[in-house]
Amino acid sequence: MTDTLTPVLTRNWDEPDSFTLAGYRRHGGYSAAAKALAMQPDDVIAAVKASGLRGRGGAGFPTGMKWSFIPQGDGKPHYLTVNADESEPGTCKDIPLMMASPHTLIEGIIITCYAIRAGHAFIYVRGEVLHVVRRLQLAVAEAYEAGYLGKNILGSGFDLDIVVHAGAGAYICGEETALLTSLEGYRGLPRNRPPFPAVEGLYASPTVINNVESISSVPSIINNGADWFSGLGTEKSKGYGIFSLSGHVTNPGQFEAPLGITLRELIDLAGGIRAGHRLKFWTPGGSSTPILTDEHLDIPLDYEGVAGAGSMLGTRALQIFDETTCVVRATLRWTEFYQHESCGKCTPCREGTYWMTRVLQRLEQGKGTDEDLDKLLDICSNILGRAFCALGDGATSPVTSAIQYFRDEFLQHQKEGGCPFDPAAATAWANR
Amino acid sequence: MAFTDEALARLRADAADIIGRYPRPRSALLPLLHLVQSEEGYVSAEGIRFCAEILGITETEVTGVASFYTMYKRSPAGEYQVGVCTNTLCAIMGGDQIYADLAEHLGAAEHRGAGEDHGDDHHGDIVSEDGKVGLERVECNAACDYAPVIMVNWEFFDNMTPETARQLVDDLRAGNKVTPTRGPGRLCTWKEASRILAGFGDGQATDGPSAGPASLLGLKIAKDRGWKAPEPAGESK
Repeated sequence: MTDTLTPVLTRNWDEPDSFTLAGYRRHGGYSAAAKALAMQPDDVIAAVKASGLRGRGGAGFPTGMKWSFIPQGDGKPHYLTVNADESEPGTCKDIPLMMASPHTLIEGIIITCYAIRAGHAFIYVRGEVLHVVRRLQLAVAEAYEAGYLGKNILGSGFDLDIVVHAGAGAYICGEETALLTSLEGYRGLPRNRPPFPAVEGLYASPTVINNVESISSVPSIINNGADWFSGLGTEKSKGYGIFSLSGHVTNPGQFEAPLGITLRELIDLAGGIRAGHRLKFWTPGGSSTPILTDEHLDIPLDYEGVAGAGSMLGTRALQIFDETTCVVRATLRWTEFYQHESCGKCTPCREGTYWMTRVLQRLEQGKGTDEDLDKLLDICSNILGRAFCALGDGATSPVTSAIQYFRDEFLQHQKEGGCPFDPAAATAWANR
Repeated sequence: MAFTDEALARLRADAADIIGRYPRPRSALLPLLHLVQSEEGYVSAEGIRFCAEILGITETEVTGVASFYTMYKRSPAGEYQVGVCTNTLCAIMGGDQIYADLAEHLGAAEHRGAGEDHGDDHHGDIVSEDGKVGLERVECNAACDYAPVIMVNWEFFDNMTPETARQLVDDLRAGNKVTPTRGPGRLCTWKEASRILAGFGDGQATDGPSAGPASLLGLKIAKDRGWKAPEPAGESK
């Protein structure tokens, strides 16, 4: 029987020097890189495939398969781009990971680049996290100094350079093709696919884009074996992941557990819903995943379990809201966010998020009508599947799911001519 | 205002360093914009001209990029840029109240930018008369387990209340020492922060904790209860 929590990536975070090379090496850091560099690159890919690791950035695409799409012997340079642009509302796992243990990421990058035969990797980190940028810069410098980066790494003949690239504030750049466009020095607009980045990515060369947590999971797979990793989790959702609880729980925080843990178990570990209150709704994986309610406390938090409940596992960003929260206000604010972050390239997303914001503002102020709800659903159906990238699809999630579960609450605003909730009751300092 | 010869020489040397990191020069544009912002506190017409010249592209192209990203300011930012997270979770946990309180506390009427038409952008910045403190709403900053969160020059100030937020702003205006919750001992100015984002460290990376208490909660519970990831096969005890 596996333990409820299984710290792997978070294991060293409580040590004061966990972010330094010395601190990382104390626990066998960089032994997985040494082991991988002695393997054939294709065997590294095979091991990651066999582990069942799926992308931890939200989409859940099998990581090893993504690597195997990189054409070999094509004579072009290959690139790895780490998506460290963590900006999905509610998501807060990669930032503490890079602050506490940036070398885990760097070791994963070395192994990944060796496997896909890339000589250049970029860590595209959102710019709004200055201390994380510092820690990454320091860790990369230390890794060069120690011979883990640069020419002929550990005598293997493998060369690798890593660049820490700070973004400049654009949620869309977390979308993998927009990230590449941004990294090339342009406005962060998504690209058409195909061609997929594995064939024509950065500078039209074969490129792998992986989330921070995906890459950081690789050293543990190489060290402990694919079977060890696939022995954790559920049938189709292998391994462990970081679950981030925020909002109206007694003790918010990060919990690293095998995939398939339930929200009931996690809320229990977080000390329960804050005293005197009850769960109203929650996001399983950020604001782009449809909200769920207290009916869904026992679904396994794995890709299939959450999909079966009509949502998505996403980034395991569990934002917890109790009964003091107005779902209309929450939905409006998320929609304002998508409107602000829509890149403007495609009409359904640009116009759809704009008009949804207007309609939701009206509803929130109690000036809406029944028809407004139908209008919102109609706009959503004109965005979903018709937008250029997943940002538009994500923008519809809070709206359709909030209306699905809380239609009456929207109508109550209309009946009462305003919001029936007291925002002060929902604050962290209410009842203090 | 044109850059002085001294500033230009310094910026050119830094720009060469930045461009050298990338396989293609154009990739250097985002860090170059952070660099010119570190010189003037915002991306000025002069800064745009500098980037365009260095990369051999037009000023229009550079403007198109600079205007896409919210971290590049088009008018001088405060020396300390206070960003209150008002995305849904932080807003509901009290971020909306904190923002409203701070806007009032800073006396919105006195502020440059107040009442200006920011179109549909609800993030419109205000800056105090003395230029010390800028106030803006920011989107989710990946610290939801510490909500409500304030960023000052992109450093974390966790678990804020209206009282601690007000104290923070007062300390910034008075020049008192202010320490981020998870960050360096010395808070950088806005210009210094922009320079770090351009890729030039300030030697403060080892300051501050590895992680905050919420980040460590699951690990602590696991340790208390003796929970661990399984040992690999063949190595189990």
